[in-house]
Formats: sequence, C-alpha cells, structure tokens
Amino acid sequence: MESSDNLLVKMENAGVYVNNKWLVKDVSLEIEKGKIITLIGPNGSGKTTTAKMALGLYKNISGKVEKFTKKIAYVPQKISIDWTLPIRVFDFMNLTSDLQDMEINEALEITGAKHLLNNDLKSLSGGEFQRVLMARAVAKKPDLLVLDEPVQGVDFTGEIELYELIKKISETLKCGILLISHNLHVVMSKTDHVVCLNGHVCCSGTPISVANNKKYQELFGENVSKILSIYEHKHDHKHGVDGSVEEN
Amino acid sequence: MFDDFFIRALFVGIGMALVTGPLGCFVVWRRLSFFGDTLAHSALLGITIAYTMEINIALSVFIISSIVALILLKLEKTTSLPTDALLGLLAHSSLAVGLVVIGLIATIRFDLMGLLFGDILAVNVNDIIIVWFGGALILLVLKLIYKPLFASTVNYELAEAEGMKPEKVKAIFTLLLAAIIAISIKMVGLLLITGMLILPAAIARNISSNPKGMVIYSVIAGLMSVLIGLFSSLEINTPSGPSIITAGLILFVLSLIKIKRSSQLKS
Repeated sequence: MESSDNLLVKMENAGVYVNNKWLVKDVSLEIEKGKIITLIGPNGSGKTTTAKMALGLYKNISGKVEKFTKKIAYVPQKISIDWTLPIRVFDFMNLTSDLQDMEINEALEITGAKHLLNNDLKSLSGGEFQRVLMARAVAKKPDLLVLDEPVQGVDFTGEIELYELIKKISETLKCGILLISHNLHVVMSKTDHVVCLNGHVCCSGTPISVANNKKYQELFGENVSKILSIYEHKHDHKHGVDGSVEEN
Repeated sequence: MFDDFFIRALFVGIGMALVTGPLGCFVVWRRLSFFGDTLAHSALLGITIAYTMEINIALSVFIISSIVALILLKLEKTTSLPTDALLGLLAHSSLAVGLVVIGLIATIRFDLMGLLFGDILAVNVNDIIIVWFGGALILLVLKLIYKPLFASTVNYELAEAEGMKPEKVKAIFTLLLAAIIAISIKMVGLLLITGMLILPAAIARNISSNPKGMVIYSVIAGLMSVLIGLFSSLEINTPSGPSIITAGLILFVLSLIKIKRSSQLKS
C-alpha cells in the first residue's frame, strides 16, 4: 500500500439507487496520483455512474466516497451546447478557471486543436470537440482527471494519439486518471488497473489478469477477451474501419 | 435636475437597462423567459400586500417573488411535473390569488392598468434611488457569481464536478431576478418587465459571437430601446412602457438583417 498522500479518491461499497433500481452498487476502488484506472463494461453497466460518484455528482449514495483533492478536470461523455449561447473555443477553455493565453495555446497544441481557438463551439465536429474537451482538461493541470469515453468521434489515428496523450498527461502532470472506455480492444497496456463493471464490480486487476478472468470472458465472450490480450502482447495488427482488429 | 418628469423617467430607464442587459443574457441562455414571467405575475400579489400593509412596494414584491421562486425550486425537486407546467401553475395561480386579494380589500382601489403596464413617467426621486442602488447591488452580485453561473449554464455537471457549486449560484441568480422585477415593476409594469429582460438579450444574440460581447451589446440595445422609446412617447404621445418595448422590437427586427448577412457570407 502506498502512502495515503497519493490517494485522490477512495470509494468503499459505493452505489446509487434511483427509481427502485440500482444503477450500480458495491463499487470499491482507489484512484492514486500518477495511476490510470480504466473502467470497462457493457452499456448500462454503471461506468458513467461510477465516474460521477467519484466526482461527487450524486447527492444520495450508499457506501462511502472520499475525495482528497479539489483540482479536478472532467471530460463528460456528451455535452450539448445550446445555440442560444454564443461561445468560442477560447471562452470554453476558460470555463472553470482563469488561464493565461499561453496555457490555452499550449493545451490546444498538445491535443492538435490549436487552429480551432477562435471557432464557434457549436461549429466543431464531434472529433474536434473531443479534442477541445481534452485540451480544456489538460490546461487545468488537475490532480484528478476523469475521462468519460474521451475518444468518441475521433478517427483511428487520432484515437491512438489521444491514448498516447493520456499516458503523457499522467506522466507529466502526475495526476490520477479515471478513464472510461467502451473500446475493449484498446484498453491500453498503459492502464495500471482495470475495473470491469456490470452493475457491480465484475472483476478487477491488471489488464492481463482481467482479460484472463473467467467472469470477464463470460461477460464479453471469449473472442472479445482474446482481442484484449492480443492488444496487450502483439502490435502487428491493423484496425478496421468499424473498430475491429484485423490480424496481419 | 430631477424636477422634470421626463428627466426622472430617463434616469430610471437607463438604470434599468444597465441591469436588465446582463441579467437578460442569462435569462435567455438558461431558457428562463417564462420564469421571469412567472415572477412578474406573482408580483401582483406583492403589490397588493404592499398596499394593504402599507410597506414599500419594491420590498414586498421582492419577498413574494422570492418565495414563489423558492417554491418552484422545491417543486422541481419533489414532483415529477416538468418545469414549464410548474411555471404555468405558479404564474396563473399567483396572479389569480393577487386579483382575489384585491377584490377582498374593497377599501383600496388602484389602477390595474398602471400595474400591468407601469408608468415610468410617474416615478419620483425615491424610485430613481431604488433603481440605481438596487441595480448596482444586483450587478455586483452578478459579477461575483458570473463565472460559476456561466459555467453551470454551459454544462451543469461539468461545473459541479470541477467545484463550482451550480445549485447555490442558481438560487442566488433566482433572487437577483426577483430583485430586478421588484425594483422595476412600478416603471414598466408586470406585463412588460420580461420584455425588458428578453428583448435586449435577443437583439444582442443576433449580433454577437461570444458571451462577453453579448452582455455588452445587450446593455447597449437596452439603452437604445429606453432612449428611443421614451423620446418617441414624448413626441407622438404614446404610453411610455409599451413604447420602450416596441422600440426594442424594432431594433430586434433590424438585428435580423445582420444575421442574414453573416449567414450569406458563410455560404
């Protein structure tokens, strides 16, 4: 066990019960500085709910969630900007903080969105918007970064780049990252800890141990789980247009 | 200087426009147009109470509007009715209760038209002081909560996750709306106050590309509406409050030309 100074969030048997149904229950996990935790699981398995619990967005939860930092950046799964709001990328970058122009430019540069600085936010494509969301989070230099499917709408080369970027962020900022991914096959080898959810914690551990876990294989089928392990060990494959992995 | 009724009206109108401009932007952004209406309707009850208990109208309206606003926030959480239904419910029932109370107090007869449409030409020095001091206070508070309020307008959860307390600033903003309605009800009346909130912001939306720009244009549009409205009401002898709103409407139509032009440029 590492010193508690590194601990950012501690969840103990946390769960959310709404409208006579558990969105997710009995989730225990710890997020530490410099570590990447990835949540995977099918649709409706409680990934986003778990992330929101960690962020303190639910008022009534069972179990316990403790946060040890206030420097938090959040990249939500979807965000829709109302047309009544005239807002440029520049304004959005400063949404919850007061950044220097240089910091804004740097962050946009890193995520490859620098040319968008003065664009209207609602004119961006899905992929561009995702990069801006990431840039905003990076620019805040947070202790805790929560990414809810950050590669949505980003094309494949961009996707790999963004995963590389996430790794780089965790190394340079030494922040803890909670990452939600539905792309099972690209759950990175860089992840320190994988939590597989299906309404509760189905299994957790290092990427390899989860991939080899019986419960995980039952949940996703053996083929999918093989792909995960393939990604872990071999890098001689291509990605298909639909996100499948093709062997050479 | 304040001897002339027209000068007094100008001062009150300008003071109001300076406050309704920025507040109106948030009303439009947060889709609260109908909410402003609801508060304005409930103001009738406030005015009635002020007359019966012989207290300051602005104070009484502020208290009643705030209570209605807080009831709304509470109902939003506890019922499964959509907000627009709750707003309609509160708007019409508070208006009805206000009228019933007026009927009960047979001893007081007051000008219902004056309440509905206001009379900016009848303001006294006291009103000027209330509008300018109250307005300055509202703007100061708005400045203090601007960042979290704007962030939570763009995205509630993002703002909350990053520590901005959206619920608290929402409640404060609601009180600011109640306050602007309270200080301006006597001048433009309860039917036109939301017009003063929405029109300048709507004009500004058509011609601005960023939030701060929209706030500034909104103030300018409000000031122009007040000046054009008041001077034309003096020239052609039309009712002042409605003239201000009509001037705003004309400016809005003009601002549409700009939209048309910029969309042509894009294509």
